[in-house]
Amino acid sequence: MNNLVFKDVCYTNLDEFVFGVAKKPIHCTNGMVIGGGTVYPEINFTLPPMLISEATMPKVKAQYEEMIHGVCAKAHELHVPGMLVEIELLPPCTFNPQWGIEVTKVIKEVMMEYEAKFNLKSLLRMTPVDIREGKKLKHMYRGEHWDNLMETFRGCGEAGADFLAIESVGGKNLHDEAVMNCDLLKALFALGVVGTHDMTILWDNIVKIAGQTNSLASGDTACGFANTSMVMANKNFIPKVFAAVDRVMSAVRTLVAVERGAVGPDKDCGYEGVYLKAITGTPISMEGKSSACAHSSTVGNIAACLADCWSNESVENVRLLGGMAPTISLENLAYDCRLMNVASSRGKAMDMRDMLAESDRQFDPQAYILDPSVVLKLSQKIVKGQTHFERTKIAASATIQELRDAHKNGAVLLEDREVRYLDIIEEQLNSVPNDKEEFLQAMIKTTTPDKFDPAKYDLI
Amino acid sequence: MNNFEELSKAVIAGQEQKVKELTQLAINEGLDPLSIINDGLIQGMNVVGQRFKIGDMFVPEVLMCARAMSAGVELVKPLLLDGEIASKGTIVIGTVKGDLHDIGKNLVGMMLESSGYKVIDLGVDTTPAEFIAAIKENNAQILGLSALLTTTMLAMKETIEVLKEEGIRNDVKVLVGGAPISQTFADEIGADGFAPDAASATELVGKLLN
Repeated sequence: MNNLVFKDVCYTNLDEFVFGVAKKPIHCTNGMVIGGGTVYPEINFTLPPMLISEATMPKVKAQYEEMIHGVCAKAHELHVPGMLVEIELLPPCTFNPQWGIEVTKVIKEVMMEYEAKFNLKSLLRMTPVDIREGKKLKHMYRGEHWDNLMETFRGCGEAGADFLAIESVGGKNLHDEAVMNCDLLKALFALGVVGTHDMTILWDNIVKIAGQTNSLASGDTACGFANTSMVMANKNFIPKVFAAVDRVMSAVRTLVAVERGAVGPDKDCGYEGVYLKAITGTPISMEGKSSACAHSSTVGNIAACLADCWSNESVENVRLLGGMAPTISLENLAYDCRLMNVASSRGKAMDMRDMLAESDRQFDPQAYILDPSVVLKLSQKIVKGQTHFERTKIAASATIQELRDAHKNGAVLLEDREVRYLDIIEEQLNSVPNDKEEFLQAMIKTTTPDKFDPAKYDLI
Repeated sequence: MNNFEELSKAVIAGQEQKVKELTQLAINEGLDPLSIINDGLIQGMNVVGQRFKIGDMFVPEVLMCARAMSAGVELVKPLLLDGEIASKGTIVIGTVKGDLHDIGKNLVGMMLESSGYKVIDLGVDTTPAEFIAAIKENNAQILGLSALLTTTMLAMKETIEVLKEEGIRNDVKVLVGGAPISQTFADEIGADGFAPDAASATELVGKLLN
């Protein structure tokens, strides 16, 4: 069982901190090296409107087969140096592990066919959906939900997945409430206490299964957490500064995967992955303008600054004027990656990184906190914390201060009401005790079992 | 207090304590309890709803206002005769079978409650049978269905079909929403309305019930 402790950041020189290169690259058996100098496209696709059931599984598999064929053919045509394919399994394909395993086999078979025929190098990331929520959940680490999730991981690994990943949801209900009420204490509790506790147990098991199935434990994401904040902020439902602070706080939670033995690449929709790269040197997948097909963001360019894989998040199999959407997405990604890789080969990666950052960072605090220099500065502060709880607190306070300073010197544009929320959340943060246990007990009293049952997490 | 402007303003500002004080003052002055609610508290909340819709208020601010309004209503309630204060309507909401996403649905529920509706939230992964049972048990006028996945949106159609089979389709209006949902899809499956966001959902419910 791993228990890595990152007491310092992996990068001290900003000039080494760039897309395509990671301090701890992943050398894959097919020759691809992630974080070794080349940015690879990571394509993700999903089904069009259709029900998944035993009766429709043949059609489901046919859809996946059609999508992966289109993607591989386009990748070959565009001479991609290699690619990652990610399948985020849908709930029925995790509740019924065999269905998820069948999908894995269909995808992997076509990928291997293209490698054999055309030497198209590719790697498969399988992401079972974290089904540990809902009315029927008895316990986070025991019972039907847990067993099906673990069986799906194992089956996917045995069926040929190169990487295992998840968008884990421990503490998500708490965090949802935190977001809607801009309650930084509850966000801190969800991320820095419950989420980190949950990921420790979850990732110990994923890493173990990866080792037994000859696959690699890759990484997690705050998709159910900071991305919820991001989407809410982009709809003007909550302040953008809350979403930005939440993002940096979420990095401590996502980092737990690496502490327990994940090697990357971190999941695409975890924009906090840049902090993970800074602290651990692990390669990351990122998404920005390329993922507008799935959701809007304000970080379209800046998200690419540190990307080792460049993703589209997800796209459904529908016909567009240019062809089927997954194939088109792959084409977009391939061209983005080509440009980044040419910039690297001409020694212009830093220039391109800085242009990507400069084009976005001023317009939104969520973009600003992805700027590589800001990432390094905040990461250096985060690692000073001794515990996850302390690190998450530091992440919040350091980000609030950073945004205040940036606003004052004109580096980021904030409306007056956004600035007011920096005061509000700072005041909330100042009320947090230093003792984690005291905080835990106080927060448990503020929740109801339907939102958070500590017994299900073995927290009482 | 000769008018309710100050009370409405306190609701709009989300000042729960001030709302309580002003409501108590109005009660002490012998003002009509129903007017305190309708012309003071709800009037303030109506402004909040409008401001939220145009992006002038954040969700946490709306929720603060709703809590302030509720605190005022609680003070007035004992003065009302049975049935004098009825909710604006009862709505059953839930995320459809096979789908575990719920924050959008939660947001809609909160906005509807803030606007004076009674909301029965069935949570995620809700079967048609569970929806039907809740509608019957609560005599609901509206059913709100949420889905975030392309593979679960068809469960909305299935739910509407079951409403027909049970003979209660004409008793409830069905609203649908979620990232992959559109007005076209809503029309195709025979829903009564589609709302792209929480503010629109609240407005649409008001229209459908009137």
